[in-house]
Amino acid sequence: MLKCTSACAGCSDSLALRYVLKAAGPDTVLVVPACCTSVIQGIYPKTAFNIPVYNIAFGAAAACASGMSNAFRASGKKTNVIVYAGDGGTLDIGIQAMSGAFERGTDFLYICYDNEAYGNTGMQRSGGTPMGARTTTTPTGKTDAKKDIDAIIAAHNPPYMATACAAYPHDLFKKVQKALTFRGPSFIHVLAPCPPGWRYSTEKSVEMGKLAVKSGMWVLYEREYGKLFINPESKVAMKKPIPLEEYLAPQGRFKGIDEKTLEMLRQNIAKTVKKLAAEEAEE
Amino acid sequence: MKKIATGNKAVAEAVKQVQPVVIAAYPITPQTEIVEQIAKFVSTGELKSRYIPVESEHSAMAACIGASVTGIRTFTATSSHGLLYMHEMTNWAVGARLPVVMANVNRSIGPGWNIWAEHTDAMQERDTGWLQVYVSTVQEAYDATLMAFRIAEHNDLLLPVMVNLDGFILSHIMQPLDTVEIGDFIPPMHLPHAIDPKNPAGYGGLTGPDQHFKFRWDIERSMRDSVKIIETTEEDFAKRFGRKYGFTEDYRCEDADVVVVSMGTLGKEAEVAIDMLCKEGVKAGSMRLRWLRPFPKLDLKGKEVVVIDRDYSFGFGGILAKSIQAQQKTDVYSVIAGLGGQEVTYEDIADFIRKRRIGEEFWFGVSDHV
Repeated sequence: MLKCTSACAGCSDSLALRYVLKAAGPDTVLVVPACCTSVIQGIYPKTAFNIPVYNIAFGAAAACASGMSNAFRASGKKTNVIVYAGDGGTLDIGIQAMSGAFERGTDFLYICYDNEAYGNTGMQRSGGTPMGARTTTTPTGKTDAKKDIDAIIAAHNPPYMATACAAYPHDLFKKVQKALTFRGPSFIHVLAPCPPGWRYSTEKSVEMGKLAVKSGMWVLYEREYGKLFINPESKVAMKKPIPLEEYLAPQGRFKGIDEKTLEMLRQNIAKTVKKLAAEEAEE
Repeated sequence: MKKIATGNKAVAEAVKQVQPVVIAAYPITPQTEIVEQIAKFVSTGELKSRYIPVESEHSAMAACIGASVTGIRTFTATSSHGLLYMHEMTNWAVGARLPVVMANVNRSIGPGWNIWAEHTDAMQERDTGWLQVYVSTVQEAYDATLMAFRIAEHNDLLLPVMVNLDGFILSHIMQPLDTVEIGDFIPPMHLPHAIDPKNPAGYGGLTGPDQHFKFRWDIERSMRDSVKIIETTEEDFAKRFGRKYGFTEDYRCEDADVVVVSMGTLGKEAEVAIDMLCKEGVKAGSMRLRWLRPFPKLDLKGKEVVVIDRDYSFGFGGILAKSIQAQQKTDVYSVIAGLGGQEVTYEDIADFIRKRRIGEEFWFGVSDHV
């Protein structure tokens, strides 16, 4: 990734992408559906990316990568094929192509950077938007819960899947490196705090990522062949989370959230934490 | 080698000889036999391709695009709703200048569910920038598929090509097929803009108004150049394998006063009608349009023209009739026939010609003249 992308100030998608590309190395092709990253590259004939980037239609990233990976492997090339897609392109419009590519055992890494709304088009709600968050299409706050894409991916039994956040760069870097050692499909779900979308000040993206983890709203873990490893940071948070309000309060999108929704968010966190703890204890 | 095959098998046979590196396809009636046959060839090792059994047609074309841009040969096949579901990606293949080859088994669009022959599916792709050829026999399905790869991959073109064959009427009937040893008829594929991590580039990113129209014009310029590429490919094919094709197949048109224009299997049926009419003393000819895109300059000067459309553009008319009318700047007799697999015999076609009313439109089996 070169300097001077057209990302918004404080963009943690581009921060995450920097670590992803550092970890992946130069023999990598990025497949990007419509999302913030299609904009960040810059405008033709310029590009801010120093690896080949193949832009493809919104719902088609995983299928395109599927063809590309097969073509490279058929030609004896080990080139990494990485889908870098937003939550809309993953949880919503791209879910069918993604499910198909995982089911077929495609040799690729799918990274979903999740800013919890359609950021590129001005923050409309997506399946990734958490309950209570205001977006331009949920002006009074979203009433539905965030789609559990990780559970959906887990149901495909990929050799490797993980969650990450650019606020924990070493962790993200290591997870990308590890994911690329597996043959077959791997998945990394990256929380990508978004200053204009979440309405917090631009210097706070790393802080927001840390608060998300500390409050338990975002749990860092990885699953290798189905075996779960929860990151130490998240283990601490699971036992003793900071009050959820500390994560929500700096974000304009949760302004005026009612107590009932807050309680439901808390219950959702408790449910996820319990489920993950039980899964880890099983081993 | 002489054998007996269906239209679908003929397509698969041609694909086997061309050996695409990646084939991605989703089954749909009446195309299924093509993918089944391909899967069989792959399983026996006769076809060295990687066959990606995608979960939808949208993904079939997306996978072909992702594979093709690495510089390798790709193929897919579909029909009807599958083609429509693919539509976003068929456009993408054109803009990305990728020589994907596709067989489309022409079938009507629902509802209600109708699996029979109609050209409306492929007609809805006519403005995408795909080259489109319509075939009328099993042999032609095979020959056109072979030629499609050479045309699409020609470095002065690099546009996708669609081979259209009528559902069931051609896809499922058995006819003699003479397969050939293609030798070096199709050169190895070379994609000048193939993805190369050693020479990184951005593909299909944000493009402003000052550049976008140039890419569009470039597609049209190549589409115009494709005329020559098609001609030289078909000439070379004739020289090597003895079967000659063209933009149209003209049958007894030279001295004809009236010419019936159609596409696909209707064109073969029309030839029988022409023989019948000529015996009756009617000076009639048949022109079977093979290439819809690029749309050829038709030689119809001084003839009365009857056009049979196995398609329709609601609120406008028979797509072929309207196209010919616009190009020839003259009225035609527009017959809408064969929709949803409606049976159209050579006797019916002879009747269309006999009872022609230039300037009018006639829906066969539905109404009197409109």
